[in-house]
Amino acid sequence: MTATIVTISSGKGGVGKTTTTANLAVALAMNGQKVVCIDGDIGLRNLDVVMGLENRIVYDLVDVIEGRCRLRQAMIRDKRVPELYLIPAAQTRDKSAVSPSDMVRLCDELKPDYDWILIDCPAGIERGFRNALAPADVVVVVTNPEVSAVRDADRIIGLVEAEEKGPARLIINRLNPSLVKRGEMLTPEDVLELLAIELIGIVPEDENVVMSTNRGQPIALDVKSRAGQAFQNIARRLRGEQVPFMDLEEKSGFFNRLSKMIRAAGGN
Amino acid sequence: MMMVMSSEKRVNVQIKGVRDGLLVTLGEGEWGELQTALLAHIQERAGFFQGARVALDVGNQILRAAELGNLRDRLSEMGISLWAILSNSPATEQTAQVLGLATRIFTPRPERTIKSPNSNHSDGEVAIFVQRTLRSGMRVTFQGNVVVMGDVNPGAEVIASGSIIIWGRLKGSVHAGAEGNEKAVVCALDLHPTQLRIANVISMTPEKKGKLQPEIAHIEHGQVVANPWDTKEGGR
Repeated sequence: MTATIVTISSGKGGVGKTTTTANLAVALAMNGQKVVCIDGDIGLRNLDVVMGLENRIVYDLVDVIEGRCRLRQAMIRDKRVPELYLIPAAQTRDKSAVSPSDMVRLCDELKPDYDWILIDCPAGIERGFRNALAPADVVVVVTNPEVSAVRDADRIIGLVEAEEKGPARLIINRLNPSLVKRGEMLTPEDVLELLAIELIGIVPEDENVVMSTNRGQPIALDVKSRAGQAFQNIARRLRGEQVPFMDLEEKSGFFNRLSKMIRAAGGN
Repeated sequence: MMMVMSSEKRVNVQIKGVRDGLLVTLGEGEWGELQTALLAHIQERAGFFQGARVALDVGNQILRAAELGNLRDRLSEMGISLWAILSNSPATEQTAQVLGLATRIFTPRPERTIKSPNSNHSDGEVAIFVQRTLRSGMRVTFQGNVVVMGDVNPGAEVIASGSIIIWGRLKGSVHAGAEGNEKAVVCALDLHPTQLRIANVISMTPEKKGKLQPEIAHIEHGQVVANPWDTKEGGR
């Protein structure tokens, strides 16, 4: 077994990196995959909160790197699904406590025993971003259909290309279909025209996400919700399956054109 | 000012204090050896280098992004921030710029300007060909003309002393004739720059709708004017 290392980044804060990481991890684990997720946001940890594992933290990422505990001791098992573990970030330190090569070493140690390692990247393009990027096999960029988020995603995609980790893959989060229909929100087409990378998922805006995030119950556990379904679909696409996009998009009819664009972008 | 010559005979590492930190100049040689020599040199003087901002002059070396990124990370682990790469090679400069490193330090070294073979044709003959999409945060600066095959996204910048040709969508900022050449032009398949400058004239694109067509912008009576590309007029 060799794990695929996926780094989830965005540049801009607040677009849903942590929510996406938690939900993809849960969705992959629900499909029988062995998953570890690592919170790369040292000093501002919250993947543990979103996953509802905060009260079980004993050791963290920095403890592992500085040799205060063994790797397995810092891995918190999520009991709701078969094989899902979290390595939390330290809250009392900052990004300089970890270097890119520490992250590579850590992931190398995990790689043989798992299918997926998901790294939740902090916002920004500084040290924390480079730490999270260093071990990545695949980079997933999360963006919202907003001009500022797309601009930052573009910057991240450029940096990922420069580090020869590209091409990144795209998730458009928090799309509001009725706003798009009224022409008040960027369409997935607008976003893809600028970013020109492969789209692996669109997550509709859904108030259940906020509620489940606050409860520490990732929405992917609820396969009946639209957002939960969207995350399940993205997890399957990450595994290489061809999954059609959800009917929220097909209804408006631009999805056939969109899938053509995706194929064109993927060819670059 | 401080000059330290390394004890190694073959590979030399020169260090100089400059306004913005330290300027480290590497001699000629194989990159692997140079990097080892540099890191060894720094380790010997760890106290001196701790927390330093370093600009690195790599001479004629042509470096790949992975090599530069690796060096930056190694230095960062030693508590040194690499902020600029000086190079004689436009390819290396571009790589450095893509990684977000500066390629000019405060005191420009005159011999670093890329000279065209014939100075009478300085803006007319020389061009750099950039075969990629320039994304937000990327910047291409060139003494001469710039040709981009790809898009220039919002947040990207192209600055040339000559003309700028974008075979793609231009949505970022461009400055043609940056040293005052008012004959410079900017053309693009889709001319929608955030800001467009030619010489000292600045213009912002009006909201345009309608069909996509190649356009060319130039200075006419002290103003930037954009017209549809017309091959019959030879582009002017």
